[in-house]
Amino acid sequence: MQARLAAKDIACRRGDRLLFRGVSCALAPGEALHVAGANGIGKSSLIRILAGLLRPFAGDVTRNGGIGLLDERPALDPQASLQAALGFWAALDGTKPMALTEHADALGLYNLFDVPVRYLSTGQTKRAALARLLGQGVPIWLLDEPLNGLDTRGVALVEELVAHHLTNGGIAVIASHQRFTAPAATLTLAEFAA
Amino acid sequence: MIGALLRRDLAVLLPGGRRGGSLLPLLFFLAVAMLYPFAVGPEPELLARTGGGVIWVAALLAAILPLERLVSADLEAGVFDQLHLRGVSEELAMASRLLAHWLAFAPLLLLAALPAATLLNLPSETLRTLLLGLLAGTPGLAAIGVAIAALTASLRGGAALSGLMVIPLAVPILIFGAGSLARPDGSGLALTAAISLGLCAVAPFAAGAAIRAAREG
Repeated sequence: MQARLAAKDIACRRGDRLLFRGVSCALAPGEALHVAGANGIGKSSLIRILAGLLRPFAGDVTRNGGIGLLDERPALDPQASLQAALGFWAALDGTKPMALTEHADALGLYNLFDVPVRYLSTGQTKRAALARLLGQGVPIWLLDEPLNGLDTRGVALVEELVAHHLTNGGIAVIASHQRFTAPAATLTLAEFAA
Repeated sequence: MIGALLRRDLAVLLPGGRRGGSLLPLLFFLAVAMLYPFAVGPEPELLARTGGGVIWVAALLAAILPLERLVSADLEAGVFDQLHLRGVSEELAMASRLLAHWLAFAPLLLLAALPAATLLNLPSETLRTLLLGLLAGTPGLAAIGVAIAALTASLRGGAALSGLMVIPLAVPILIFGAGSLARPDGSGLALTAAISLGLCAVAPFAAGAAIRAAREG
């Protein structure tokens, strides 16, 4: 089955406020979308709607393929060691221990495996969440501000990972107010503000 | 998948587990049993007559203590979102949480009921009924706890509120559970078990719906 992510005429309401309306997109394997816009314009809400975690006020979303979400919440037990915290998701996702080690190595986390997650810095936690996403092995990546808290090398790493994911037939939606160097179409959310 | 979920929940919730402090409800429970004779006097008949009820009240309050971090920490960390994306329903996650919560406090509570019963001079017949009653009633207490913890997880100051909300819902368990001590037949135990079963069946759905509602909020 080919991975696909399509949204049609999405509108989003938070509280009494209509954030945006008429947002449509269609992504085939190897395609990426950069959702740009200022703070509070609804980038995160759009990502959560695409993920199916938030009901759109109008419109619908079609998803073909597993969804991986990376947002500001790492979903790793703060008290557990990094290895145990990632190990839980690896067990759920059926990631092989070898692959987990490889991902951690690629993200520069391997020598942090024994460190409790709460001692990790912001950037290290972000890298750990990326390791979780890689281990999930799903075609559709939804990245909400993936560059926050990362140093320049981390930023380059994320861009590299996304590019690699795309060449392997993956799909990526990146919501970020920062510049993102990847072969991606840009959707400026401000044009759809209600 | 259920195995991995339950293993993590247990690692988090068991005494000495990652969120720590789980032995506190137990010590609290024992402290009540220890303080009661000081407060009402040491007459053996009085203690034997009222001690079972005191242990029930202590058990109920001890079940409230772990509620604070039962659900809210994972909700904040986005664990339920990630589980949802992996096809793990909120109901399943909550059922696993319910089982882990019960395993983390009830077996130790039953063990602690033995020294507590000695402190309160309970006859062995009463102790037997008490243990059976706690075995039947604690799953219900755990179910109420999980549902309430999920409902209040996204609220500020939810911990204090959840304690208050558990108490009225736990009254039927307390009435039939503690009431079984005064009746020679097993009807009180049967009713306690029936209430517990009903609550355990409903709680994962109520808690799951609460998690989904918190996501929309």
